[in-house]
Amino acid sequence: MPFRGSLTSRDQVAVYEFGWPAIIFIPLVAVLIQIFILGKIPFLAAVNLPFMVTIFFAVARRNPISGCLTGCAIGLMQDLFAGPSHPLGMYGIALTIIGYSASSLGLKIDVENPGSRFIITYIFFVAHQGIYYGVAHGLLGQVQQWSWSHVAVSALANAVIGIFVFKFLDRFKQR
Amino acid sequence: MDTFLGRYKNLIVLAAILFAQIIALAVQVHRPAQGGDTRLLRLWAISAVTPVETAVVHTQKWVDDIWKNYAYLRGVRRENRELRAEIDRMKVEDARYAEDARMARRVQALLAFKEQYVDTTVAAQVIGTSGSEQSRILYLDKGLNDGIKQDMAVITPAGIVGKIVQVFPDSSQVLPINDQFSGVGAALKSSRLQGILRGSSNGVTTLQYVMSDEKVEPGEEVITSGGDRIFPKGLPVGKVVSVEPGKDLFLNIRVVPSARLDQVEEVLVVTKITEKMPDSKDLGPLRASDILAERLPTIPAKPEVDAAGKPKPGAASGTASGTTPATGTGTAGRSGAVATSAANKPATGSSTAAAPKSNGAATATHGTPISTTAGSAGTQKAPKPAAADGTRPAGTVAKPLNGAGTATAPHASTTMPAPGPSPANRPAIGNETTPPSKRSKPGPEQTPNPNPQQPSPPPNGEQPPQ
Repeated sequence: MPFRGSLTSRDQVAVYEFGWPAIIFIPLVAVLIQIFILGKIPFLAAVNLPFMVTIFFAVARRNPISGCLTGCAIGLMQDLFAGPSHPLGMYGIALTIIGYSASSLGLKIDVENPGSRFIITYIFFVAHQGIYYGVAHGLLGQVQQWSWSHVAVSALANAVIGIFVFKFLDRFKQR
Repeated sequence: MDTFLGRYKNLIVLAAILFAQIIALAVQVHRPAQGGDTRLLRLWAISAVTPVETAVVHTQKWVDDIWKNYAYLRGVRRENRELRAEIDRMKVEDARYAEDARMARRVQALLAFKEQYVDTTVAAQVIGTSGSEQSRILYLDKGLNDGIKQDMAVITPAGIVGKIVQVFPDSSQVLPINDQFSGVGAALKSSRLQGILRGSSNGVTTLQYVMSDEKVEPGEEVITSGGDRIFPKGLPVGKVVSVEPGKDLFLNIRVVPSARLDQVEEVLVVTKITEKMPDSKDLGPLRASDILAERLPTIPAKPEVDAAGKPKPGAASGTASGTTPATGTGTAGRSGAVATSAANKPATGSSTAAAPKSNGAATATHGTPISTTAGSAGTQKAPKPAAADGTRPAGTVAKPLNGAGTATAPHASTTMPAPGPSPANRPAIGNETTPPSKRSKPGPEQTPNPNPQQPSPPPNGEQPPQ
């Protein structure tokens, strides 16, 4: 794969690409792990693996369009398994916006080091929860509980675990 | 134009995708979310994933079983000893509970209450969840092919879990009771206050619509009320952990489910619930001590007299068969004992006559019945042997009445048993009830027992204690 450079105001930022198997199977496996493993373990239920994968692909490819498409696909996949009371599109909308925002951010800042990954995962997780809350509460009129402390702790857990997940997913990067 | 599209290409794509999803959301919200229509896309996705996941979970369970059942048996001997001791202790408790249960069934039969029985269940394994905190859907490895249908109750021995909301060929989705879209008819076990158990988006379950002037204590058990027509009545739901004044006039009662909903692995899907009267055959034979106690002579109550000192007319109405045919209509009060003053002798008729679909079930009372019976039929006698629905045919009941056996007529009010320790105060058992179709008509033309001195044999050919 050719190396495609992206010049920003600061320096040259690498844009990575992925093979089709990785593009298809990594999100799929993430959703399945989320549904069949993490969801069954109470203290890991707050961990959102599909969300992490969305951010990873978005910041690695640094293309807003592919970022929002990836987020949309992963979110809809997550919606599929969320039950009949959960209309398709709730996670789709949230992850579409997250994918777009993460890839746009990836164009501007370096997201390769663990510190920046921690911060963007933390911030985007809070944003993700907020968007989901807005969709559920605002568009669908569902009664949702919002707890800042719960969101903060969940975001922290996702940010910490995200560092290791990103490190693992780095292996699938192609230049 | 090209410049505009090129410049805002990313944003336009984002807006288009979001717009499409919002439209899709709107379409879905327009339809009932739980109306039973499954989106094809959802069906395909779940059908594709379920077999793989089922295989993985079963393999994992198999390995786990091998490890636990063969490899890791440390402490089993000690645990076995403890369990044996526990069994011994529970046997003693069981005997007591069995007696209580028999008595409860007698009362139910007496009051013509229909009981709901969990008839058949299908064991299923939880193979997955929704994977999000906002939706608490569980996936089971059993579906349409196993007889699972929508709205079936899902339970564990510890308590209820939820109900089936969607069924696929080989899997199904359960809406747990702590989901925000769940609602279960529930009642407080001791006070019998009823409400609706609702979940929430953070998984907290609350019992709603209990008035704030009611007294509810933490620790009180919550059971299903059966009002939702999904869960049979009386299944454990959870325990009250906190009670606070809520909005409006209702209490905010927080309930912790009995079943560990976050760790549930195996469940039972209730595929059939039957409603039937308690089976009188289950009640067991009448104890000799009961019969003996009931045959003990008692002092008949004095007849009720009016101001002139004459017995009130028609006072025998509503009393059951003694050897003296009681006639007349009216209220059976104390004078019921008059009509059955010979009731110390064995009665040949059915001692009680059940009043179907009424609260006025027949009660064999000892001594003076505090009866408010005002039946339309008046006297209930059974000079002819009435067929009973149990093992004990009416008319052959060796159940002499020590006092007045009261019998309520259809649509009669409840006959209150007289207070006292006499065993005759216990409610008549089901097989002593007489179906209305086989109940004899009241009237003087009825033939009393030709040989009242000769008691009929008790069931099972036993001789009644003399």
